[in-house]
Amino acid sequence: MNMEASNTESTSLPDQTDLAKKRDLMQQRVSRSLKRRHNQETRFKLMGMAAVGTALAFVLLLFVTILSKGLPAFWQAHISLEIYFDEEIIQIDEKPVRMVNESEAAFNQRMLAWQTQLGFVNFNRIILDAISKEIPEARDYQRDAMRLVTSGERFGLRNMVQEDPSIIGTSQRLWLLADANVDVWMKGNINRELGDAQQQLSARTRDWVDELEAKGVLKNRFSTALFMNPDSRSSLASAGLAGAFVGSLMMMLIVMFLAVPIGVASAIYLEEFAPKNKLTDLIEVNINNLAAVPSIVFGLLGASVFILWFKMPLSAPIVGGLVLTLMTLPTVIIATRSTLKAIPPSIRSAALGIGASKVQAVFHHVLPLAIPGILTGSILGIAQALGETAPLLLIGMSSFVASVPGTPFEQSTALPVQIYLWQGNELRNFFEARTSAAIIVLLALMISLNAVAIWLRKHFETRW
Amino acid sequence: MEQPTMGAMQMTFDDKKESKPASGAIKMSARDVKVFYGDAEAIHGVNMDLYENEVVAFIGPSGCGKSTFLRCFNRMNDTIDIARVTGEILLDGQDIHDKKLDVVQLRAQVGMVFQKPNPFPKSIYENIAYGPRLHGLVDNKSDLDEIVETSLQRAGLWKEVKDRLDSPGTGLSGGQQQRLCIARAIAVSPEVILMDEPCSALDPIATSIIEELIDELKGSFTIAIVTHNMQQAARVSDKTAFFHLGDLVEINATREIFTNPQDSRTEDYITGRFG
Amino acid sequence: MNNLVLIVVLLMMLALVYQIGLVRSRKVAITTSGSKVRLHSRPVYHGVLLAIWTVVPAALIYAIWNFLQPGIIESMVVAQLPPEALAGTDNDLRILLRRITNLSTGFGLTDEALPYELTAAAYMQQLRVTGQTFMFALIASIAAAALVFNWKRIQPELRARNHVERVVRFLLIACSTVAILTTVGIVLSMFGEAMRFFSFVSPMDFFFGTTWNPRFSTIGASGQTGFGMLPLLWGTLMIALIALAIAVPVGLMAAIYLAEYAPSKVRSVAKPVIEVLAGIPTIVYGFFALITVGPFLSTFGATLGLDIRATSALTAGVVMGIMIIPFISSLSDDIITQVPKAMRDGSLGLGATKSETIRKVVLPAALPGIVGAILLAASRAIGETMIVVLAAGNSPVLTANPFDAVSTMTVTIVNQLTGDLDFASPQSLVAFALGLTLFVITLCLNVVALVIVRKYREQYE
Repeated sequence: MNMEASNTESTSLPDQTDLAKKRDLMQQRVSRSLKRRHNQETRFKLMGMAAVGTALAFVLLLFVTILSKGLPAFWQAHISLEIYFDEEIIQIDEKPVRMVNESEAAFNQRMLAWQTQLGFVNFNRIILDAISKEIPEARDYQRDAMRLVTSGERFGLRNMVQEDPSIIGTSQRLWLLADANVDVWMKGNINRELGDAQQQLSARTRDWVDELEAKGVLKNRFSTALFMNPDSRSSLASAGLAGAFVGSLMMMLIVMFLAVPIGVASAIYLEEFAPKNKLTDLIEVNINNLAAVPSIVFGLLGASVFILWFKMPLSAPIVGGLVLTLMTLPTVIIATRSTLKAIPPSIRSAALGIGASKVQAVFHHVLPLAIPGILTGSILGIAQALGETAPLLLIGMSSFVASVPGTPFEQSTALPVQIYLWQGNELRNFFEARTSAAIIVLLALMISLNAVAIWLRKHFETRW
Repeated sequence: MEQPTMGAMQMTFDDKKESKPASGAIKMSARDVKVFYGDAEAIHGVNMDLYENEVVAFIGPSGCGKSTFLRCFNRMNDTIDIARVTGEILLDGQDIHDKKLDVVQLRAQVGMVFQKPNPFPKSIYENIAYGPRLHGLVDNKSDLDEIVETSLQRAGLWKEVKDRLDSPGTGLSGGQQQRLCIARAIAVSPEVILMDEPCSALDPIATSIIEELIDELKGSFTIAIVTHNMQQAARVSDKTAFFHLGDLVEINATREIFTNPQDSRTEDYITGRFG
Repeated sequence: MNNLVLIVVLLMMLALVYQIGLVRSRKVAITTSGSKVRLHSRPVYHGVLLAIWTVVPAALIYAIWNFLQPGIIESMVVAQLPPEALAGTDNDLRILLRRITNLSTGFGLTDEALPYELTAAAYMQQLRVTGQTFMFALIASIAAAALVFNWKRIQPELRARNHVERVVRFLLIACSTVAILTTVGIVLSMFGEAMRFFSFVSPMDFFFGTTWNPRFSTIGASGQTGFGMLPLLWGTLMIALIALAIAVPVGLMAAIYLAEYAPSKVRSVAKPVIEVLAGIPTIVYGFFALITVGPFLSTFGATLGLDIRATSALTAGVVMGIMIIPFISSLSDDIITQVPKAMRDGSLGLGATKSETIRKVVLPAALPGIVGAILLAASRAIGETMIVVLAAGNSPVLTANPFDAVSTMTVTIVNQLTGDLDFASPQSLVAFALGLTLFVITLCLNVVALVIVRKYREQYE
């Protein structure tokens, strides 16, 4: 039986002196190798440190680049003007008021007509008048003068009148947004030594800018336009993130209300109820794969299924939301499943043991314990969806939208798509900074989401 | 495992051992060794000498610090971040914590076999050749072949594996794996071999083979073995040290310990009142 | 607004029905003689079951009705329009219908409405009101009938809990099919569109063609040329290889250092900071490549006398490499820490130094897992879009020079599908063929990687 017996093999043991000699020899060899090996050890460790250093340096470089480019863009050139809402120029009827017995349609029609009338008012003249109070010769060089204020501000003034027609005939000092090129010149984002041909502003306008800046009329003020306005192409200085922000918010809400419940439900089914067989194995593999499918493939899915087959509107947040939902689903499922897996079976047995049904055991005992983990996973999934760009491009979201969407069925963009659109703008000197500012906003949102997730994990997660 | 009561226990002592006295020279000695895990003191100042060509067994209830103490002899506690060792441990009269003595060199002289067989996920040959290659002990392939063969022979494994030296070491049975690990340890010609419960993961037959092997090896090495199995201690060791709560309670010739313990705790332990 | 009121009313009714069920079940528990009978299910379940049975049929009708109503009303309105209004094209009719709808909903028009438009609008308004009334009447009566019928069924022995649980289980199953449907949807839609593409261009030309230059001239004509995918595939692979060449050494060494050497303080700071890289949206990397890395590489190349374009395979590859560092490092970290301590002790106990232990024992043991991690990272790199859209230069030519601009499959998908969505031309449809190829490539990489990683995990569990 004892095949492993070893007595016979050990008969050839070396005698003691041999052994000692051999040991001495070996010890010498070991000592000789030490220096080389310790150098090797140091080198290896240094390589590791260098790798960590490189990775950290990349993080630092990325953030420094974005912050240094983007932070100045939160302050934008504004011009302080005494605006007189001249009744000579604003010649319009009284603002319509709904009369008794008037149908809604009829009233809306009268309102539209009034607004059209207001639309014909030349607010540029009002702005020009205001500028000429600061620069007397402005009237003679209207083109140069109008380059000081961004063109979108005339609509701002129009909206003020539309809100409250009683301001006609009064005057007030307003900070208007300066033109994008004024901003570029003031911040030195263009080489001031370049010749006239390469400058965006005429020599006269540039002199005015310097003069007004010295007088304090032109100033960098915190840019509310960046947050309050939708995108704009005609008035670059007033291009803002409001439309993209609302679009992203809508999509995130859709993801939250679809991906999280569906994901959690399917995780519960797969982890707690599903029989372990070939089919559930397949589903598991399928979900793991889905988590690693390139995001652009989800965009293709959205383009063909939602847009081509279901005839849903192009560039609408509802489609974007659905695509991102499908993309986030595997993340939520995997996170929820691993949380459920970590909950010890003893808790289920305890519930079942006192006569709870399986459903009761899961919903009353297991799920409440899993909530912190589920929330953490879901928030991380939503943060990931927030930064996703590629699939949105394929469902038409790369088109220019100059309004804030009111419903998820209207055209919209999203924050990352807005970044994509802005980085391609031809006025690089202005938009490099503005794009960076948009990135800062996006990163700030994502970092806060992640911080919430980390906080949740730190404070509520139980380790079993 | 249940500790047998005194009546049921049948101690078998190897009478050969009695006739052959320890060769006398002190190989390693520990002086006032303390080990701390963080702030907690796990070993409270232990003194012990290991003599050449002698087997010392460390026994004691689990958590008594016998493994921790064993690991001091080749500074394996260095690999645990929070562990700290104070006191003096001498190898041939030289302090092993001395800056001049490299831990690499120390471990080449003081080898170790672990509780669970832990062959590397490499071939049997590569497992044995690992140490000699690391330390640059050989210059050519035929020398290395020779070391592999003699090491396997001395570990009593050569016959079983000589035809499959290229197959993975993890494919062997538990007992074979442990002998492979012993062969791996002796391939670098250490002077001391530390064994940390080498048989605890093995079945009785594999255990008895390892025990025979220890007996063979004692001719060439100083051996310290931690065991939770008192019969094993009785079978293989010349001396037995009883540890309790981080203290070395008693060390003496094995027969003395088991037949005539000086300390009541030792007696309680070997008679199965606790442990 | 109207919908909000509806939802509130529905919720209130739901609560009411639930209460009714609750009360009824408590009542049936007390027999005529006054003694208590044990209910099979607790009253809560009776309430929920009753609510479910009342709401489900009503909700179904509501959904179907709202789906069908606009179409029916529209055709009824069109049917009574005067012939002169129907004279125009389909497009005119659509505009007319929108005008009528605007009128009838009180939105108003910017110009004067024609008389027949006003009548049609009034008719439409009336139809809508009648429709809504009918619908509510129907829903109310069905709900009431269901309520009464199921109210009567509430008996002590009714297994309400089991019914409710079956509904819950059904809902759970329905939810878990969504993930499968997604995969099916991806495969079917891409396969369908790709097949349509292959009716224009032969698969041979597509998969093995070496020029990519689709022209937008001869739409629909057979014999389309310039649809060779190899330049795109090569660009994709080249960028992915550059990315891996950066990310694998840096990520792996960083993981080794953090797992084996770094003091726990360093580890607890450096690990999350590196993982921040994984959370940054790819569009940000693209922008970073465009304004920082590209110009830097270009000037750096100039000092060495190399002609590196600012947007090139190298730029895209370098930045993508930075992006996937955290994938490699955190996956490798997991895998390295899974190698049992016994293995390390075995090597250290023989006198190996730490780096020898890592290089000769830990890494070989962790190799399968690390290979899996690298494959996952490669699949990530191949499917990555925004970095290459911005930084690769979009030049679909076969070139071995990494300093040149290239194009990739993902870039081309974006280019072909943005702007006009014309799903009839091969120029758009090719995006799906490319997408399908991409899907298959990444799928293979993922499956292999997941299998390897899974095997690896099992080995040490």
